[in-house]
Amino acid sequence: MKKLNRRSFIKGGLATTAAAAVLKETKSEASGDFDNYPEGMGVIVDLTRCVGCRSCEAACNKEQGLPEPAVPFDDFSVFDIIHHGEKRRTDETAYTIVNRYDPPEIDHPLFRKIQCNHCNEPACLTSCFVNAYTKTPEGAVIYNASVCVGCRTCMIACPFYIPTFKYSSAFTPRIMKCIFCYDTRLKNGKPPACVEACPQEALTFGKRRDVLKIGKQRIRETPGKYVDHIYGEHEVGGTAWMYLSSVPFDKVGFDTHVPKEPIINSVKEFLAMVPMVLTIWPGLFVGFHLLATRKDKIQELEKEKELRKLKENDEKEEQV
Amino acid sequence: MQTRKKFMRTALALTTGTILFAPIHLSAMDASDAPESVTIDSMAKLYAPVEFDHLMHTEYASCEECHHHTTGVQVADPNCLRCHANTPEADEVSCVGCHAADRFDDKYLATLDDPTIYHIDKPGLKGAYHLNCIGCHVIIDGPTGCQDCHAMTEAGEKRFNTGKHAPAGGNTSGAHH
Repeated sequence: MKKLNRRSFIKGGLATTAAAAVLKETKSEASGDFDNYPEGMGVIVDLTRCVGCRSCEAACNKEQGLPEPAVPFDDFSVFDIIHHGEKRRTDETAYTIVNRYDPPEIDHPLFRKIQCNHCNEPACLTSCFVNAYTKTPEGAVIYNASVCVGCRTCMIACPFYIPTFKYSSAFTPRIMKCIFCYDTRLKNGKPPACVEACPQEALTFGKRRDVLKIGKQRIRETPGKYVDHIYGEHEVGGTAWMYLSSVPFDKVGFDTHVPKEPIINSVKEFLAMVPMVLTIWPGLFVGFHLLATRKDKIQELEKEKELRKLKENDEKEEQV
Repeated sequence: MQTRKKFMRTALALTTGTILFAPIHLSAMDASDAPESVTIDSMAKLYAPVEFDHLMHTEYASCEECHHHTTGVQVADPNCLRCHANTPEADEVSCVGCHAADRFDDKYLATLDDPTIYHIDKPGLKGAYHLNCIGCHVIIDGPTGCQDCHAMTEAGEKRFNTGKHAPAGGNTSGAHH
């Protein structure tokens, strides 16, 4: 029988690891082929229509039972707030925010509403190790506070910086983010509260594939009015909420450098290694440890034997 | 008066049309056919109804700018002209005749999925009013503030946390927590 020595053991371990990596990778490649929920709902936000009335913010606040705002929703001085060099963003008291931009190309301001974009393949969902997030067939990305451990990985994973942490209740962790009014409206076929409140129909609600058609029709039939791009059609693999703008998107606060494929595609090779590390490494390193300490044990045993022999010899000599 | 006038005119047009075998859309509507003022109250909830001075607005805009192709006056938008170059006066010229008051009704949303329908992007009633009114007011320097056209109701103050329902912190305008 071939003796299993230290070298062959390490070789075998490495081979197993490599094989597992290869197998895992071919399997995870398939996850990028998820073709979205075809009946999922969506919203197209037309920046040329928004007048910055903040009706959506007010409607969201009441629908979601969020805390009373610091200033009234008809106070437009909030558009001038700059906090740490940045405009207002979503926080634990507001799932949606409207910001004003003054692009030099045009003679009037543009307003941009932000909220969760409800990605087709959400990075928050991918990053969550307790599966607190769900992408529903209706298109919403919802969150389950009862399983959340408050690690806040989703906040780092989100390419749009949307999920926020309720720091006021740190011991019962709670992520605060737009859920497309899933519980109260979307699952019953109704649009979210912000869409219904918008007087300008700057927010157009329908099946994602239908509102995408509407967006393309607007670009085609009003030449010169829009830049020829729908933000969210392909960004991060497609989002349920999409945007039309009359100026390049980077001029109105959009991150135009996000990948055109799901965030998971950039990390899945790493993610595929995680279970491997968790399942193979413990055995592997326990093995190394046992091997490394085996010699010491043998040596100890031999030493003991020798000592005993010496003792026995001493005793014999004494008897003689 | 309005109905009678319209009836008489239609009757006359029909008669003429029958006699001459001519198309009946020869007579287009004009401002004198319209009501002097309209109360827009079908959706009033957060804001009070709007007393719309129709007669005054006819001095600023021609029929087709608001009523598109429905009044028999040729529509200005070249996009609309593609199909509506010779569209006669419609039976229904009021906004709600075409722009759904319940924009999010299941049946309405289903029409967006219908490949035979061209007008998949028709705003609902609320959207139609605001887009058309504010769109023009911005250009001709008309009033554009929410309460310039309709006063906020009690329900509105509650929704917007303003007036009687303003945050307890008082006027912390511009402050960030």
